[in-house]
Formats: sequence, structure tokens, C-alpha cells
Amino acid sequence: MTSPTKEETVFNVENLNLWYGNTHALKNINMDIARNQVTAIIGPSGCGKSTFIKTLNRMVEMVPSVNISGTINYHGQGIFESKYMVEELRTRVGMVFQKPNPFPKSIYENVAYGPRIHGIKKKQDLDAIVEKSLKGAAIWDEVKDRLDENAYGLSGGQQQRICIARCLAIEPDVILMDEPTSALDPISTLKVEELVRELKKDYTIVIVTHNMQQAARISDRTAFFLNGEVIEMSDTDKLFSTPEDKRTEDYITGRFG
Amino acid sequence: MQMINNEKVKKRILRRLASNKFFKWLFIAATGLALLTLAVLLIRIVTQGASSLDWNFMTSFASRRAEDAGIKSAFVGTIWLMVVTAPIAFTLGVGTAIYLEEYAKKGKFTSLIQMNIANLAGVPSIVFGLLGLTIFVRELGLGRSVLAGGLTMSLLILPIIVVASQEAIRAVPGHLREGSFAMGATKWQTIIRIVIPSALPGILTGNILALSRAVGETAPLIMIGALTYIAFLPENLMSQFTVMPIQIFNWTGRPQEAFQAVAAAGIIVLMIMLIIMNSIAVYIRNKFTKRY
Repeated sequence: MTSPTKEETVFNVENLNLWYGNTHALKNINMDIARNQVTAIIGPSGCGKSTFIKTLNRMVEMVPSVNISGTINYHGQGIFESKYMVEELRTRVGMVFQKPNPFPKSIYENVAYGPRIHGIKKKQDLDAIVEKSLKGAAIWDEVKDRLDENAYGLSGGQQQRICIARCLAIEPDVILMDEPTSALDPISTLKVEELVRELKKDYTIVIVTHNMQQAARISDRTAFFLNGEVIEMSDTDKLFSTPEDKRTEDYITGRFG
Repeated sequence: MQMINNEKVKKRILRRLASNKFFKWLFIAATGLALLTLAVLLIRIVTQGASSLDWNFMTSFASRRAEDAGIKSAFVGTIWLMVVTAPIAFTLGVGTAIYLEEYAKKGKFTSLIQMNIANLAGVPSIVFGLLGLTIFVRELGLGRSVLAGGLTMSLLILPIIVVASQEAIRAVPGHLREGSFAMGATKWQTIIRIVIPSALPGILTGNILALSRAVGETAPLIMIGALTYIAFLPENLMSQFTVMPIQIFNWTGRPQEAFQAVAAAGIIVLMIMLIIMNSIAVYIRNKFTKRY
């Protein structure tokens, strides 16, 4: 692995603080997220890891009482600046959720949703995007003969890969994944993990996970969150073999969390 | 220590089973009574009205002689009224529901609006008739027209449509909206492509049921001066009109015995229409309701 200093920074987070009402959920977070790497966010429940990645595409603003200070630069542009359009950000920064959330539409329409809202109308263009995205999400062979069927008829693992395909269809630069395998069985989990390793070649990935083995298996860099703070962030190999902070060590050795 | 005493359980079990049975039969009796009432009503209306109900009845205008009297003008009037009421009530009602559920910030003002809409659904229909008479018939000078009647009916059923549509919209899971927003969709794209299609069966059901209430209403239309006796069909939105419940009300008030049978025949026509509308609503609900 090359050293992170040479790589292009996609997200640059500075002094990020976030409150839900009076609850201080993220405390003074500073972080750089590098291009074409998998960055894993680990930590116990309620430590702010989901909140953090939802801040990267400003989905967190859907919570009514939220308050944010600090800056996040995406390719050098502050995403909280008033002229920055959130729709544009979310077109570049896709998201896969914890629970598979396909739309109650056909498999085809699910994947074509993003291109359609961004104005692609031609049937052959849509066909091409749908095929490419489903192949990218490693589910094309399983669904190519039933693209017109409702996505709800698929298994949980397949639904999640449809959601990943749906995300790929907007041709994002970054993919945020919020515990994408927590609702899946081990085999589906394995498939999604393989997929993440594959996707890293073309995309920058930030993945929240409860599962430390998963973080160790698939990520290049890992950040350990605790009570809304980043306790430690370094190369995954280093974080899991020689953690600097006592609390990181306690967590990864299973003494709490 | 064991808290459940098996001896005591054994002693009490017969009593528990007895009350179990008692309540089951109580609820069956309640349902039975309701069904019985409905059956008596239906049988009485059908036996009384069936003899007058024929094709002539559907194609004849009102008449002084019972044997010539028909429901044509009232039936067509009801259709006209629905055609005016439905689009207005649908647009206003669904629009309000979308605003309240998707755009309005949750707060004191929104809950005040919400409470008033719920209260509006409980306002007696005659009050809506007075409102229609003052605003549409007199102030706006629409006269006793189909348009004035349709507007009044729209207001009457508006709160029902708003509440039903709100419930349908609220039932669309939040994670679908999130999925759409996370792809860079705007609020309007999310509403029109995700929320409305998912909520549409519920919205349509609510609209049809509300419309069937409008079909059965009499008081507001009498208030705004819909006629009780006309021998012509409405030609445009400004025409005078009558509707089935008013025609029936008029017939039941006649002294001649023969008109009672005519009224019963009218009721049958009205009921068939309502049953068809309600069946469509039930069909839509069962067939298209999404399971997430």
C-alpha cells in the first residue's frame, strides 16, 4: 500500500461538530479521506459513525433538530457553503443504507431511477446504464432474465446489491456505505465484501461497520470512533496490529463495545 | 419461589373460559344486530321499489303522476355534480395533504391547521350549505348552478380527502424517501416519483369514499337551492340541476301512496351507485396496496 500523503484527498473534514438538539453527537472531527481507498469507520453503537458518514452527503440534515459547525471540503469545495447544491453533492457521493431499501418498482426501474432523475430519457442509454450498473454490483447474472419483476421479490442480499447497482447508476465518485451487511446472512455478506474490494478500483468508499473482521478484511484505512470523537485513525494493518491508543486496543480486542 | 400456583390456576380456569366465551358471543351479537338492521332496510326498500324500477324509470323525467315519474334528471344531475366535485376536491385535498406531510415544518402552526382540518370533518353539512349559499351562489353570483353545487360539495368532502391522503402519504416508509434523496433527487422528484405512486391506492380509496359521501348528501344542496322538480337535463356548468337524494326526498313528501314506491325505486338506484363506488374503493385498496 502506498503512503496516504501522496494520494489525492477526496474529503477533507475540519473541526466538524454536530448536535442533535442538545446532544453533542460529533466532537471536533478532523479527517482526510483519500481517493480509491476503502476507509472503514468502526466503533460501538451510538458513537456517531452513522451520523458521520451521513454528514458527508448531508443526509443528516433530514433530521429536523440538527446543528453543524466546522467544514467539510469535497475536492476542495466546502459542502456547507450556501451556494453548494446538495443535489449535486449527492449525485457525486452515493449512499448504500443499512437496511436494503429498494423502491417498490421493477429491478430495471430501481436502477434506472438515478439516471432518470438526472434527465436521461433514451431507452438504449438507460438499458446500457442498467446493464453496466448491475454488472458492476455483481448481480447481473442473477437478475438479467427478470428485470421487469418487482425488486421486493429478491432476497435481502440481492436487494442490497440492487441498491448498490442503483447507487452505481448515478456514476458517483464516492460511495458511502452505512453498515451495508448488518441485515444480511454470511454468504450475502461475503458477496458484498468481495464487491467492495472490486469497486475500490473505480470508486472511493467509506464504510461504517460493526464488524471489526470486516473492517480488517476490506479496508485500507480505519478510523475508530468513540462517543462522537475520532480516537485513532491510521492504516488498517497498523490500527489492528499496533494501536496507539489504549481505548482502541481495548475495543479491537473485544474488551468492550 | 414459584409465583404461579397451579392449584389456583386450576380453580379459576373454568371461570376464565366462561368469560372468554361470553365476550365472543357478545361481539357476534353486536355484529348480527347491525347486519339484521341492514337486511331489514334492504328487503323493505327492494320489495317496495322493485315494481317501479324499470328502464322507463331511468329514462323519464320527474312527473306529477307516479306511474310516469322517473329519475333521469336527478341521475344525470348527480353525475354532473360528481364530475364537478371530484377534480376540485382531489386537487385541493391531495395538494393540502402533500403540503402538510412533505413540506410543512412540524410545529404549533402546522398542528393548528391539522386540528382544524380534523374539526372541519365534523362540521354539519348544512353549515357547508350556508357557506356555499353565501359565497358561491350570492357573492360570486354563480346562482343555483351545478358549479355552485359542485364547489360546495368539494368543500364538504375536502377534510375527509385531506385526512385520508395524509394517512396514505404517512404510510410510505421514510427509507424510500431517503433512498431517493440520497441519489440527488429533489423534493418534488421524490414526491412525484416515489411518494405519490406508493400512496396512490390509499389516496384514491379515500377520494372515492369521500365522493360517495357527496353523492348521498342532501342538506347542503337544498340550502344552495338545487331544485326539487325539474324536467330537463343540465346543459353546462351554469345550468340548474337536481340530484338523486333531493328527488327522493321530494317523492317521499308527496301525499299519494304510489310515490312511496317511486321513492323506494330511487333509493335502490342511489344505493346501487354507492355500492359500486365503494366496491371500486375496496378493490383498489386490496389490489394495489403496497407491502413493504
